[in-house]
Amino acid sequence: MDKVRIGIPRSIHYYYYGELWKYFFEQLGCEVIISPKTNYEIMENGIRLANDEMCLSMKNLIGHIFYLQGKCDFIMVPRIDNYGIQNQTCTNFLAIYDIASNLFSTPILNYNVDVAHHQTEEKGMIQIGEQLGFSKKQATQAYHEAKTHAWQHKDRQIQKNIERLKSNQQKVLMIGHPYNLYDETIGKPIASFLKKLGVEVIYSDLFYPNITNRMSKQLSQELYWKFNKENIGVIPLVQDQVDGILFLSTFPCGPDSLVNELVMRKIHLPYLNLILDDMDGMAGFETRLESFVDIIQERKQKNV
Amino acid sequence: MSKKTISFPHMGNYSIPVSYLLQHIVNANVMVAPKITARTIELGTKYSPEFVCTPFKYTLGTFIEALDLKADVLIQAGGGCRYGYYSELQNQILEDLGYQFTYINLVSQGKTDIKKIYHEFKKIDPKFHIGRALYYLFITSKMVKYMDRVDNYIRENIGFEVQSGSFESENQKMLQAFSKTKGVFSLYRMYRKHFKKIKQISIQKPDHCLKIGVIGELYTLMEPFANYNLEMTLAHYGIEVKRYTNAHYLLFEKKKEVKKYLKYAKEYIQYRMGADAADNIGRTKYLCTHGYDGIIHIKSSFCTPEIGAMPIISKICNAYDVPVIFFSFDANTSQVGIETRLEAFYDMIEMRRKK
Repeated sequence: MDKVRIGIPRSIHYYYYGELWKYFFEQLGCEVIISPKTNYEIMENGIRLANDEMCLSMKNLIGHIFYLQGKCDFIMVPRIDNYGIQNQTCTNFLAIYDIASNLFSTPILNYNVDVAHHQTEEKGMIQIGEQLGFSKKQATQAYHEAKTHAWQHKDRQIQKNIERLKSNQQKVLMIGHPYNLYDETIGKPIASFLKKLGVEVIYSDLFYPNITNRMSKQLSQELYWKFNKENIGVIPLVQDQVDGILFLSTFPCGPDSLVNELVMRKIHLPYLNLILDDMDGMAGFETRLESFVDIIQERKQKNV
Repeated sequence: MSKKTISFPHMGNYSIPVSYLLQHIVNANVMVAPKITARTIELGTKYSPEFVCTPFKYTLGTFIEALDLKADVLIQAGGGCRYGYYSELQNQILEDLGYQFTYINLVSQGKTDIKKIYHEFKKIDPKFHIGRALYYLFITSKMVKYMDRVDNYIRENIGFEVQSGSFESENQKMLQAFSKTKGVFSLYRMYRKHFKKIKQISIQKPDHCLKIGVIGELYTLMEPFANYNLEMTLAHYGIEVKRYTNAHYLLFEKKKEVKKYLKYAKEYIQYRMGADAADNIGRTKYLCTHGYDGIIHIKSSFCTPEIGAMPIISKICNAYDVPVIFFSFDANTSQVGIETRLEAFYDMIEMRRKK
């Protein structure tokens, strides 16, 4: 029998669980196909297939799933509801499985994370293993190994990110969801342009989530979105060490629209709010980024 | 200490039960905020973030108008989407504008903290009593139930009234009577009396009139100003309108019904999708299979759960060959544009019916 081919779209979930899934399926002996880095064609397909009011990241994900369609036996799209009642996710995470299974003909591999109703990631992944025809023991072992591997990988990245905080250059904290920060068409060009201007970029997702989750209480008492909590929790942690904050969100991100607005009203550092949608060129952003870096530089010189 | 003035955002006619409840449980002035006008939206839009959903703008505008009229306690509820996070940001925006007020948030972090709310009310009125509050809460819930029942009947028949405006005036009379009720039994008697009167209003309803189901996001559905009186416009065309979402549904039936809808439309949807999205998909299937001529889906711009539901709704409507139209209302939507699209939709379903 041929190996089962599992497609992982290099979009929203990949940046949270990519390492975990890849290791898990490889451990079980499946073939893993990861869609390529976002390019113009994938984005166009996403925009064409998705509802026109969906946020850019969702369009991106749909483009990636469309790319994988027909190239593999299963596509991995989980439904992630919450990690406890105070750690919910955006409603797009709740809906994406049903949207994908209605839009695409390739079977979707799905697990449901709903910790408030006792549906954990572990349970879900083991179920997937069983669904693919492996024994419970194999799946459990693969999951635990994958989890350790994924955490070690993340931990190395976090260490690097914290290392960058010690640099003598200007430091800008980029606040955004990892699926925006590291995407080829969304956040990558912005980060690389900042680096070209001689700025050290600190990523908001590369901190220890349990710490940032708790720290977010200093800025917002009632916030209940897990990923936003972890993003804004970085601000109280590093605000003395960075020179400016860059908020990066896609149009029209639901949680970001409220949370970023609230945070912007509370912080005292210079900040820039960048909102990307599907018809932007980079030129407009470059001007804004340059002037933002100028402001930071002048401020720093004054203080020195 | 002077009496506090409590205010709350508008939603359809529900200001009557809410102000009834507050008047009886707290020793404070209850102010029904001015009706939503173009100015309200302008104020709300001015101080809101760019791409927040429209209910945020409406409620913020209402709060600003209420604060200008010397309200000092504001009440906001919460829900299963962004709505749950409105309160903290609205509180911050209003504080930044320099207003002095207390903000009571009924739902925080996805759950109702009764103890916290109790203490908040106790601060406003030291004589606040929980037993009394529960008693009036019970009466109010009944009031909402009766209101919604009458409303459903009116919605199905208002397009066919012989004398225009007769339903509306009877309904207003009933609501006036409700606001003066003294107990559960007197409320029930009033409901019986007025509902009988409303049923006696003469209508000319053809046997096979056009039927349309209206689904979508809750605030836009329930606040006539937010949907530019869509239901009234439909009624003028002589259409029977079916709408599921009302306050009673949201407060008491939703938990049970969602499971039913998920089971009913299980070939299209497996999980809840936040807010009313899953319900709407279930309803779509129901409306498609029960002889409705068309479906109108309305929402405020950027309503994330409903956007997720839209591709699935159009898929179902395609499969059953039922026309569907999507409206997305923003602060800047023009009434004329909506009317044109509605007229075209009406013409189409009428032509299909004739065939």
